[in-house]
Amino acid sequence: MKLEIRGLTKRFGDFVANDHIDLTIEPGEIHCLLGENGAGKSTLMNMLYGLLDPSEGEVLIDEVPRSFATPGDAIAAGIGMVHQHFMLVPVFTVAENVMLGDESVRGGVFLNRGQATERVRALSQQYGLKVDPEALVEHLPVGVQQRVEIIKALSHNAKVLILDEPTAVLTPQEIEELMQIMRELRDQGTSIIFITHKLREVKAVGDRISVIRRGRVVGTADPSTSEAELAEMMVGRSVKLVVDKEPSTRRDTVLQVEHLTVTDPRGHQVVKDIGFEVRAGEVLGVAGVQGNGQTELVKALIGLIRPDTGVISLDGNDISGHGPRRSLEAGVGYIPEDRSHDGNVGSFSVRENLILDLYRDDRFARGMALRLDDIATNAQERIEEFDIRTESDQTPVSALSGGNQQKVVVAREFSRPLKLLVASQPTRGVDVGSIEFIHRRIIAERDRGTAVVIVSTELDEIYALSDRIAVMYDGRIVGTVTPDIPREQIGLLMAGATDTGEERV
Amino acid sequence: MSSLRMTAGWWASAKVTLAAFAIALLIGAVLIAFSDEDVVETLPNLFTYPGDFFVAAADAIGSSYWAMLKGSLGSWHAIASTLERSAPLICAGLGVTFAFRAGLFNIGAQGQMTIAALIGGYVAFAWQLPAGLHLLCALVACLIGGALWGGVAGVLKAQAGAHEVITTIMLNYVAASVLLYALSKDAFQRPGSDNALSPQPLDTARFPSIGGVHLGVLLALLAAVLVWWVLDRSTLGFELRAVGANPNAARTAGMSTTVVYTVAMVIAGALAGLAAAMNVLGEGNALSPTLVGSIGFDAITVALLGRASPVGTVLAGLLFGAMSVGGVAMQASVGTPKELTAVIQALIVLFVAAPTFVKALMRFKDQGGGTTLLAKGWGA
Ligand SMILES: Nc1ncnc2c1ncn2[C@@H]1O[C@H](COP(=O)(O)OP(=O)(O)OP(=O)(O)O)[C@@H](O)[C@H]1O
Ligand SMILES: [Mg+2]
Repeated sequence: MKLEIRGLTKRFGDFVANDHIDLTIEPGEIHCLLGENGAGKSTLMNMLYGLLDPSEGEVLIDEVPRSFATPGDAIAAGIGMVHQHFMLVPVFTVAENVMLGDESVRGGVFLNRGQATERVRALSQQYGLKVDPEALVEHLPVGVQQRVEIIKALSHNAKVLILDEPTAVLTPQEIEELMQIMRELRDQGTSIIFITHKLREVKAVGDRISVIRRGRVVGTADPSTSEAELAEMMVGRSVKLVVDKEPSTRRDTVLQVEHLTVTDPRGHQVVKDIGFEVRAGEVLGVAGVQGNGQTELVKALIGLIRPDTGVISLDGNDISGHGPRRSLEAGVGYIPEDRSHDGNVGSFSVRENLILDLYRDDRFARGMALRLDDIATNAQERIEEFDIRTESDQTPVSALSGGNQQKVVVAREFSRPLKLLVASQPTRGVDVGSIEFIHRRIIAERDRGTAVVIVSTELDEIYALSDRIAVMYDGRIVGTVTPDIPREQIGLLMAGATDTGEERV
Repeated sequence: MSSLRMTAGWWASAKVTLAAFAIALLIGAVLIAFSDEDVVETLPNLFTYPGDFFVAAADAIGSSYWAMLKGSLGSWHAIASTLERSAPLICAGLGVTFAFRAGLFNIGAQGQMTIAALIGGYVAFAWQLPAGLHLLCALVACLIGGALWGGVAGVLKAQAGAHEVITTIMLNYVAASVLLYALSKDAFQRPGSDNALSPQPLDTARFPSIGGVHLGVLLALLAAVLVWWVLDRSTLGFELRAVGANPNAARTAGMSTTVVYTVAMVIAGALAGLAAAMNVLGEGNALSPTLVGSIGFDAITVALLGRASPVGTVLAGLLFGAMSVGGVAMQASVGTPKELTAVIQALIVLFVAAPTFVKALMRFKDQGGGTTLLAKGWGA
């Protein structure tokens, strides 16, 4: 199936999010879309999938103009989309989720589970999508849930599959598997529109690359183009993909963690007797496959979870179990891993989110009264400084593109003096230009004498920023190394090998 | 640009509300026509003399609505009654609105008003104090009574995670029973009466009248301004709205949901207590099982119609107050049952709650966005 986009335009008020976009998706190709945060990639996809009405322009499928008022129309025309936030019912099995709303597996008023299970099995075999049709979705890891979404789209006979930043939440292993699945789908004739900010992935699976900047297609490239060139096409200037940094000048210990043990709400011990220290002017990178206790470690560090045992001392004062407010006031900055869940209030304006944890500060409040003028000025400054692309500072944050939402969180946490910065996936969903910027800011913060803890599943990011790397596996720190050790060795540690490599768990 | 955006949002919801009002009046008109005897008499001859039917119907509808309008706004006296009737609706509505902005669905205005009336009423009829001081004490007693009852639900929510809808409903029953029990005791019984009725509040505890309306009306409007300020302009309101919209992000930002839930319900209760003061200290009603009427429940409707904004709540309260005063006048002068106004009020709320339906009926262009679930990049 050939999909042709002609002059597609989307306006939000005066703002043009997509400006006469022309794009052709050939049958059986993986077409990558690259573009800065807020360039309009998701907007374009939402129009293709019937979630937004185009202001102008048309979509042709096999030379026939089509219009989609609802996702139902788009699905019927053979377009499938995997949302970044999966739309699955957690307490249903895989097969039940796939047959939701699918009339063909109905036997009268009853649902024909057997047939649905068979369908899932057939699809998963055909495309090499390994998944157990009878498993409950809530028990599946993110990567497998994503596969279920893909199967769901395929079960509606999708000929064009839209994947909007599918790799942002996956582990490197899962990304590898996803790319394999994408190749398999392409070889069997499905076209894929693949959006990502990771240039390596584009080069690995892409057949063709289109670059969007400020709502316009500014060029196409093929996968042999170098990462630096691609980055330049996206951002319109040359981008340093690796931060320059001086060796750290380690000073006094700021954060000292001893014998920290944390139990999650289900009663599993997820952080097991961890101890480490971070000094002023030093970045400690915490590497590890998602789900090995990093989330809970970070939450304990900023006081969102009370640890079972252990001491978290900041400048010599134990702050464990004092709650986030005390940590904030003691000078801890925090960039949470899930910005829409923990970082921003979606319905609040950009302006309000920029002071979400600063509203009590004398700069922004006089007694109980908010200082509206100062809050507005602050917003203008942060928007300028961090290049947050938004219609205005009164726009609700939920209307911003994903990467720009992340910039709001980052801008806020960098707008006060910090002793310790805890950043979890600080550049998730952020474009290369902004990654460069955020990384530079983190290093500048370090050089100012802040102790920094970076938790990331991206080894690139860990290597780029860290002065020391602690690898977490199964709730423990299995090794602390310097960034000059080869990736393979860290990979081994992440898989559970201990320092010496002999004791596998 | 930004202000344009805000006015657009404001205007869009105002349009829906006005349209809902119009449709409700239209349906009300049909009801008036068919409940009118003169109109019903023309029905057997509807096809031979259709004119008679329309003349009679127009007459019934016109005179009913005219009587309603005149009764609620036609004279200074009518306006004063409307204001006084609206005041408790506004206050209790503000209580619901306030809690709602913290993400709490406060069904308990009724119970909060009841306890407030009980405590405030007692002070008003039993204590002997000089004029100004007595009023002040009785007023504060009302506020404390409401705050107490609201606070119970708040603490249960904050400390034990008990859902506020359940607890406030249950507390309504408890409050009603407490009132009945108190009225069976000598301390609250009116001497020489067997009915569940307390003595009249003393004059020293009554709101003075200014230009035909009692002071409470002014207090209700002041309360609205205060609620607006707190919600929009204060750090407390910032916390409240943040917790209401995304408790996780609020907690991460160092806010305490426990404190917010408790404070929100205490203040919501105090506002309901102010509503009770309108009854007891404004109208001067003695305590009885029917004292609060259904104001505590109408408050939910008022807050809903007012889109949980202070200004909206005031406007909705005034509308409901006017309709209720006008309804009585309508029944008295042209005999159309005053229950009609309750039907119209219910219809307005029904239509406001179903905006898509109203937009379709009125053929407003849907601006999109709004309810559509937009797919965005991850986490967007
Ligand atoms: N409903 C909306 N109302 C107003 N503006 C919007 C709306 N949806 C998107 N926008 C704006 O349109 C622009 C494009 O957003 P879009 O989500 O398409 O970006 P994107 O290319 O997907 O970026 P990212 O890589 O950060 O996900 C952004 O500036 C965003 O603020
Ligand atoms: Mg996007």
